[in-house]
Amino acid sequence: MMQTSTSSMPLPKRLIGFFAVAIALTAAVAVLGIVLGMVGSFVSNGGAGVTWTFLSEFPRNNNTEGGIWPALAGTTLLVLLMTILGVPVGTATAIYLTEFAKQDSWFARSVRFAVNTLAGVPSIVFGLFGVGFFIQFMGSGIDGWLGTSSFGDGSLLWASATLAVLTLPVVIVAVEEALRAVPRDLREASLALGATRWQTITKVVVPNAVTGILTGSILAVGRGAGEVAAILFVGVTYSAESIPTAVTEKFMHLGYHLFVLSTQSPDVDLTLPLQYATTLVLLGLTFLLNLTAILIRSRLRKR
Amino acid sequence: MAKDLPLKIESHDFSFFYGAKQALHNITIGIPERRVTAFIGPSGCGKSTFLRSINRMNDLIDGTSTDGHMVVDGVDVYSKEVDVVTLRRRIGMVFQKSIPFPKSIYENITYGLTLNDRPSKSDLDSIVETCLRKAALWDEVKDRLNNSALGLSGGQQQRLCIARAVAINPDILLMDEPCSALDPISTGKVEELITELKDTYTIVLVTHNMQQAARVSDNTGFFLMGSLIEFDRTRTIFTSPSVKETEDYITGRFG
Repeated sequence: MMQTSTSSMPLPKRLIGFFAVAIALTAAVAVLGIVLGMVGSFVSNGGAGVTWTFLSEFPRNNNTEGGIWPALAGTTLLVLLMTILGVPVGTATAIYLTEFAKQDSWFARSVRFAVNTLAGVPSIVFGLFGVGFFIQFMGSGIDGWLGTSSFGDGSLLWASATLAVLTLPVVIVAVEEALRAVPRDLREASLALGATRWQTITKVVVPNAVTGILTGSILAVGRGAGEVAAILFVGVTYSAESIPTAVTEKFMHLGYHLFVLSTQSPDVDLTLPLQYATTLVLLGLTFLLNLTAILIRSRLRKR
Repeated sequence: MAKDLPLKIESHDFSFFYGAKQALHNITIGIPERRVTAFIGPSGCGKSTFLRSINRMNDLIDGTSTDGHMVVDGVDVYSKEVDVVTLRRRIGMVFQKSIPFPKSIYENITYGLTLNDRPSKSDLDSIVETCLRKAALWDEVKDRLNNSALGLSGGQQQRLCIARAVAINPDILLMDEPCSALDPISTGKVEELITELKDTYTIVLVTHNMQQAARVSDNTGFFLMGSLIEFDRTRTIFTSPSVKETEDYITGRFG
């Protein structure tokens, strides 16, 4: 029936193989094209708008003129505080899961299930959680306790805490991976020399995983830095007179600023150059974080 | 068997389980002090499991359990009063793969010493020199003690691991196929070292290399499928074993 004289494989099969490769290649090229097109469009449209004045000035005239300094500063502060709150908790959880928990115990499995569930929750839900838990429960609680009135409202602190929870699964998974990459032999060598589990973790495991922990944390932070939906209700503001000087103040944010520019402005066309430039700065910030992670990783490989 | 020597390690009906699977069946053995005792046998016969039961390294694996007694210096190491960290501090261990910590040569040696104490710099310096000399490594590394241990050759790394194990001043040295990843010259150096160290330490050596067991050990135990088939003077095991399985194994008829 199937007589192919030159090849051992029948023609239909060879055609399927050819098309499979062609489709895969097209998809790969498309991904590259999308990224290059996106970056190219923002660079060509917004590149001229990113000037020192743009970065260092407050917005003027109802956000139609001026710069993005408070949004840039607000984003930076938010990301820093989020990192301080989230990375230690995530690292500690990952250390527990890899180093102490029995892998098939119901508790370890529940924690893992919770982490995976957390990773799949839409970010707006984290925002609502932030309002309910951090602002109304914790914030009001603290206010009632201290007799203040500064914690029961959206603020830099609660937005950072919300983002810390949002990035927690990413941190946990990344740190777990880094810890697991430390050879079991090294742990055994340390224990055989009379080190306790905890000494082994602090003196051998974590120092050997620190690069992976840093890389994972930075990638998680990058995910948090561009997040808007989660902070909508927990402290971000569309206009600020000054840079926050306390964690209980409200703050501006690059992503939210972009949303405001493109939808809440009296004249959206007028703000178009500002939108492009803001997007470029936001992209640049994320890219910078990723680049740092890549540089750290390549230094690890060299060692 | 040399019955006159004091026994350092004894097991009585010692059994070991990975979950439901039994890896060691009622091992009874007496390992004499300051001698080299070798364990031979095909892969998976339980010789490494037995070795790792002496300093309770198998505790690290989930779902393992033991039965019977493993006695070191007259104390059952699996009894409740025994602190496993203290136990391991008295027993040095050298693994199959040389695994120096990614630290300097100096720090590798002092790792076990600085865990709970803060010895003076001069004490540490002299211990580092003594241990490296014992491991026949001093002359090769004395000028680069602060360089990374990962820059050493495979054979040097393994001798460093021996020096590191000796540094905590144990009575017992457990060696789990210490030469299986080494070239013949490095193997020769490590074997020489074992012969020298047995004046001070009770050495238990697991090896796949029967010539090695014949060269360096005083007594040899043959393991097969989780059981200790025969244990006797090395010379007797290799010249006139009393069990047929032992003879088959050492003459290469199986395994």
